[in-house]
Parts: sequence; C-alpha cells; structure tokens
Amino acid sequence: MVPVSYYVGLSAILFIIGALGVLIRRNPLVIFMSIELMLNAGNLAMVAFTRTFMVLEGQIFVFFVMTVAAAEVAVGLALIVTIFRSRHSINIDLMNTLKG
Amino acid sequence: MSIELILFFLLALVAVGSALGMLFSRSAVYAALYLVLNFGTVAVFYTLLNAPFIAMSQVSVYAGAIMVLFLFVIMLLGTQSVPSSEVLPWQRPLAIILAIVLAAEAGYALFTRAAVSGSIPPMTETFGSPQAVGRALFNQYLLPFEITSVLLLVAMIGAIVLTRKEKGNR
Repeated sequence: MVPVSYYVGLSAILFIIGALGVLIRRNPLVIFMSIELMLNAGNLAMVAFTRTFMVLEGQIFVFFVMTVAAAEVAVGLALIVTIFRSRHSINIDLMNTLKG
Repeated sequence: MSIELILFFLLALVAVGSALGMLFSRSAVYAALYLVLNFGTVAVFYTLLNAPFIAMSQVSVYAGAIMVLFLFVIMLLGTQSVPSSEVLPWQRPLAIILAIVLAAEAGYALFTRAAVSGSIPPMTETFGSPQAVGRALFNQYLLPFEITSVLLLVAMIGAIVLTRKEKGNR
C-alpha cells in the first residue's frame, strides 16, 4: 500500500501550484482554474485521510465541497462575463474601480 | 517496489506536470485542457483510495460540467492573451519566495508528524462503496444534502440574473 503521507505531500504540492497561479497570473479565468486546483488538492487530502482512518464522513464532505465549487464557478464566470461586457477587457489589473 | 507504488508515482508525475502546464501555458484554452488532465488523474487517485463514488462525481462534475463551462466562457470572451503588465513589479518574485516558504513549511509538517506517516489499513469489504455513501448521505446527512440543492438553485438564479441583458432603463 502507498503510505498516506505520499498522498498528503502530493496534495500539498498541488495546493502550492494553485496558490502560485492565483498570485502570478493576470487572466481571471486562469486564476479561477487555480482556485479549482486548490479545492481539488484539499479534496485529495481529505479522501486520503478518509481511507486511513476508515470514516465515511470525509467522502460526504468532499461531495459537498464539489457542489459548492460548482456553484462558485457558475457565479464567478457570470461575474467575469458581466465585467467583460462593460469594460471590454478581462485584465485583472484594470479592475480597480473600487480602489480607494 | 510494488506495482501500486509505481502507479502512484507515474500518476503523481502526470498530476504535477499538468498543474505546472496549467500554471505556465500562455493561452487559457491550453490551461483548461491541462486542468482536465489533472482532474482525470485525481479521479484515478480517488479510485486507488477506494472512493469510487467520489471518483465518478469528480469526472462528471469537475472534468465534465465545470470545465465545459470554463471552455464556453473562454470561447465567449475570445482567447485574448492578457499582457503581463507590471503594475506591481515586485509581486512575482515575492509570490515565488512565499510559495517556496509554504512548500518548506508543508514538508516540515509532513515529515515531523508520526501520525501522518502511518500506513493505510487493510480494506474492508463495503467501505466507501456507493451504497454506503448513499446510505449515509440520505439518512444521517439528509438536511445538509437538501441545503446543497438550495445552494445550487441560488447559484443558478444568480448566474442568470448577472448575465441577463438589461433592457430599456440603461
């Protein structure tokens, strides 16, 4: 059997790549994809611990995380489309209207 | 080295490689396709961890629905490449340094904890089967499940209201 620490390490690597994507990319679509990657990394660690400690609740929580991610993507992509329609650009650096 | 360990390392290589491909690809379409590959490999990890229901919902919800939505929006907005404007020139090196610090912290936490490095117990017959998940979902966790449906309804209404064209008053 593969030790659970390997799965947790892989999940940490994926999470760090996702966080780096949020920080260094300028395209809001790619930033959204990075957020999805981070959610996925968390899910992977949760399923690994579910298997280790033999409790089913982790899988059910992962299922709920998936539905929340789907809702978040629907609303977020609608926001991006609306912003593109009014500004004709999706560069994240130009979205500073609320800046004080 | 057992065959399962070899399989794990191959799949981990694909997962990390596709995540890095998403991070560094110029076009958003390529990033989306790399992410589909990453979700697929994570689904295989779920089946290795005896979670077939989660693996199937991963394929259908993430790699199916969410990524199709992403590709539709990319198609709608055009594949314009956002120029890497240097509004904050110190941001990129700082982000890389912080990511390295986070990786070091995660590695330290992982290798100093004895509880995490324990091996996975042997499998029982019915653990993680779709029947067991469904039974828990519809008995013990029925109320959260129903609240999830309300959440999805709110998200659907929100997306429709946000993207509707306003007539007349503007």
